[in-house]
Amino acid sequence: MHYIMEAPPQVTRFDKSVLRKIGHTPLIKLESITRHLAKDVEIYAKAEWHNVGGSVKARPALRMIQEGIREGKLGRGKILLDSTSGNTGVAYAIIGRILGFKVQLVIPANVCKERKGIMASAYNAELILSDPLESSDGAIKLAQEIYRKNPDKFFMPDQYNNPYNWMAHRDTTAKEIWEQTGGRITHFVAGIGTSGTLMGTTRGLKSFNPNILSYAVEPAEALHGLEGLKHMETSIVPGIYDPSVFDEKISIPTEDGYNMVMRIEKEEGIIVGQSSGAALCGALQVAEKIEKGIIITVFPDSCAECNIAHGDFSI
Amino acid sequence: MAVKVRIPTPLQKLAGDKSEVEAEGATVKDVMNNLETLYPGMQERLYSEEGELRRFINIYINEEDIRFLESDATPVKDGDVISIIPAIAGGVER
Repeated sequence: MHYIMEAPPQVTRFDKSVLRKIGHTPLIKLESITRHLAKDVEIYAKAEWHNVGGSVKARPALRMIQEGIREGKLGRGKILLDSTSGNTGVAYAIIGRILGFKVQLVIPANVCKERKGIMASAYNAELILSDPLESSDGAIKLAQEIYRKNPDKFFMPDQYNNPYNWMAHRDTTAKEIWEQTGGRITHFVAGIGTSGTLMGTTRGLKSFNPNILSYAVEPAEALHGLEGLKHMETSIVPGIYDPSVFDEKISIPTEDGYNMVMRIEKEEGIIVGQSSGAALCGALQVAEKIEKGIIITVFPDSCAECNIAHGDFSI
Repeated sequence: MAVKVRIPTPLQKLAGDKSEVEAEGATVKDVMNNLETLYPGMQERLYSEEGELRRFINIYINEEDIRFLESDATPVKDGDVISIIPAIAGGVER
């Protein structure tokens, strides 16, 4: 494993705080897991746990908040309200703490206690738990219900339907990948949850080179354990999701994703979350079919606290 | 023993679009077998080919995770509520 070129620092209007630590994440070359591939095929992962808050979600959270402030929707006394299964909630909570607004998060009750602890205890967000049987869709519905009852009280970024979610990736993630690979990227593979990462990064990359192929990774089953990813056919489809943006969809069974997380840990020495395992399964499927190419995937988080607490994702 | 089983949204299609169904059995395993008889297809989504409860599925009797009890062999009694909950980020809390 080695790091290649860091993305250049970017100045934001909040640059006097830890919020500077959003974006410009390293690109890691996967050396061991890729040994069986053709010699001109390389896979790199964008190490998104390097963002403040430990996940890729810092990018869209910051952008949606910046635009909310700019448009006057997140003014004095307003509370930020949104549904999340964890990472976006952590990002909102940190940004809220720094910029001085209250944050209320609707999360499925079965989100792990480490995530809840980070959001509630460390960053002071108020948590509202939704029915665990309904997973993230239950949280979406409950957040909308709370918002509708009191629309003046809240600013709801609505990450599933807010175009600034994907624009954050078009303007930062795609640009960084293009620069870090010196324009050599040929394939992009990413998981879909809100679909912001895939929509935005793909649009950005294709604007640099329309021949870059893009692949969406989704859970193979409706009932799955790939936290952060959505099985679109059986879920509430995010408003920002547009299947015409990418070239192909790859379905990954939960167990394959989990097993890949273990392989990444053992063979590459990196602890990543379940969605990263699924993303690499997808990237490998693409890589095994080609003779030459630079494949970039996204590792959304490390989930180290959960892994350490629960070992093999069990108890 | 007759118990109520709470079904997660992604499996409700298999259970006639119901979020809660009745099933019978003396242990959790019996109840799950009965569920498969009533609603075919349920078992393969919850258990691996080796018959192990999938890693990302948690089953609770009332408020207790069966992994902290006697797993599948946990006895059930009339009126118990069994919940099938997919894990989120290795989640174990409800």
